[in-house]
Amino acid sequence: MKTAALALALASASFLAFPALAQEAAPSPTVAAQPVAGEPEGEGGLTVTVSDESEWQDLGIAITSFATDQDVPTQTNAGTTAQLGRAISGVIAADLRNNGLFKPSGPQGLPEVSYAQVQMPDYPVWSMRSADMLVQGYVRASAGGTLTVGCYLYDVALKQQLVKGGWQFGASDWRRAAHKCSDLVYSRLSGESPFFDSRIAYIAETGPKDRRMKRLAVMDSDGANHRYLTSGQATALTPRYSPDYQQILYLSYLNGQPSIYVYDLATDSQKLIVRNSNPTFAPRWSPDGRWILYSMATGGNTDIYKISASGGSAQRLTDTPGIDIGGSFSPDGSRIVFESDRSGSQQIYVMNSDGTNQRRISFFGGRAATPEWSPRGDQIAFTHIAGDLRIAVMRPDGGGMRYLTDSWQDEAPTWSPNGRIIQFFRTARNSGQTTIWQVDLTGRNERKLPTPVGASDPAWGPIRP
Amino acid sequence: MPALLKFGPTATLLAGAIALSACASKAPKELPPEPGPATNTDTNSGSLGPAPGSQADFVQLMQGSDTIYFDTDRYDIDSSDQVALAKQAQWLGRYPNKRATIEGHADERGTREYNLALGERRANAAKNYLVSLGIAASRLSTISYGKERPVALGSNEQAWAQNRRAVTVTID
Repeated sequence: MKTAALALALASASFLAFPALAQEAAPSPTVAAQPVAGEPEGEGGLTVTVSDESEWQDLGIAITSFATDQDVPTQTNAGTTAQLGRAISGVIAADLRNNGLFKPSGPQGLPEVSYAQVQMPDYPVWSMRSADMLVQGYVRASAGGTLTVGCYLYDVALKQQLVKGGWQFGASDWRRAAHKCSDLVYSRLSGESPFFDSRIAYIAETGPKDRRMKRLAVMDSDGANHRYLTSGQATALTPRYSPDYQQILYLSYLNGQPSIYVYDLATDSQKLIVRNSNPTFAPRWSPDGRWILYSMATGGNTDIYKISASGGSAQRLTDTPGIDIGGSFSPDGSRIVFESDRSGSQQIYVMNSDGTNQRRISFFGGRAATPEWSPRGDQIAFTHIAGDLRIAVMRPDGGGMRYLTDSWQDEAPTWSPNGRIIQFFRTARNSGQTTIWQVDLTGRNERKLPTPVGASDPAWGPIRP
Repeated sequence: MPALLKFGPTATLLAGAIALSACASKAPKELPPEPGPATNTDTNSGSLGPAPGSQADFVQLMQGSDTIYFDTDRYDIDSSDQVALAKQAQWLGRYPNKRATIEGHADERGTREYNLALGERRANAAKNYLVSLGIAASRLSTISYGKERPVALGSNEQAWAQNRRAVTVTID
């Protein structure tokens, strides 16, 4: 079976979305194979602490159990095709609800929809239930364990189909089909780019504050499909997913000295990016994945370097006395925003990607650290330090600074693939317990991500193909 | 760079004596190992203390001077750091074959990556001062743990002051 053959391959390019609905005979099957998931999946207890009030976010969306033409067993952990249909609807409802985007209802408590009704919604029923929008869909099993999911969004008042999508996937990848449907609904109703079908690399933390184990881990954007990548023997920090999800850059104390490694997800092997006795920190990919930024300390002085992802010699980009660290490429790769204390305290600077034209952009008091350029290019997220550590955003010219969080210690923002949501980690006073949170650009929708243990340094990858 | 005070041998001894008396009331950070079995007495020449020239010996003799402390976001070697480092240098001078690693740390009230670089800078400041006192740079290495390895676990000024540190650990 293809899924088995691909079991170790990364789930990246093998999953295809059909923009037009694969209603009947879908084109040649594309089977997505998820890397073997070591941990059980779970929805976790998500909490929406604040809800937004803008117009489209008030939309009531009914999400019905996805129907099936034939209730047969599947190789998924969800059960038969009918059970899988309910599970997929549940994931979609959780996606939309947990991000504070809409007011979804279902699939529990809603009328069952037959396979035939999927494309012929019973509008009066949904009008009576005051649903503005209706999501229906189906699950079909094909020979060889492949599954097909169709997803339809209807406007109940207009009695009109707004959008539809269809995907084929391997059994272990069924949640991706749900996220694809969530993305379709979200994009159509908000006008924004999708973000649900994406993954997050982070650091899993366990143990007491002075002897905490820090392991490299990955999960889906909703916390499912969690998997540890390192054993915890060596402290791991600051991961970054490569744009194609094939590799993760991160810092490890494996050789004693903190050094940047690139971890290959297909082979579960890793290698140093710079062979050197100096410590290296703060790894970052360029948006096209061809370059790696890192910082290296020499005699206590830290500078930013750029090296080709395929190897070669490094180019030093900064040379001022002090700590120049971090760095995040603009989406077009032409500029880099970074952090430097050359002025006497941590502040944020922008330079061209060859190191020229370095200039400070943060002038609002306090210290500013860990800048991350939005994938949309219009904002830079960073950690503002003035007593407490808070997540803030500003324009690339340094103007329009505003806080998104107000807690004791929030740091290290990472952008959702569409640049609308920011994840970061929060440290609790005294215990030092860490948790990953996310907040939207209004600052009003903040929630904690479900992780099995303590979690820090989230790094959100791009939308999956 | 802070002005580097050069200590002559006498000054170093004096500084060490002052530090010793100043710290006399403090309990040593780490208790010396329990007296070992009879086989140990050879190397210890009859003494019950740690083997001369060992890390345990270093810790016991330093009485806390194996660690120097820094102000928030700073890495300069102040006068009390100079006293402690002079004491370390004296020990390292007595055991010229011993190597040491200087571990740099930061408090929790900074971002993770910057604190890694800051810890490295603090460790290097301590190293450079030891080198200025005549310890060969080749005997000294540095490593930064940023804010990842606090010794004081609270979230208050006192704990943070204890965590902003550089610790010299000799290699047995």
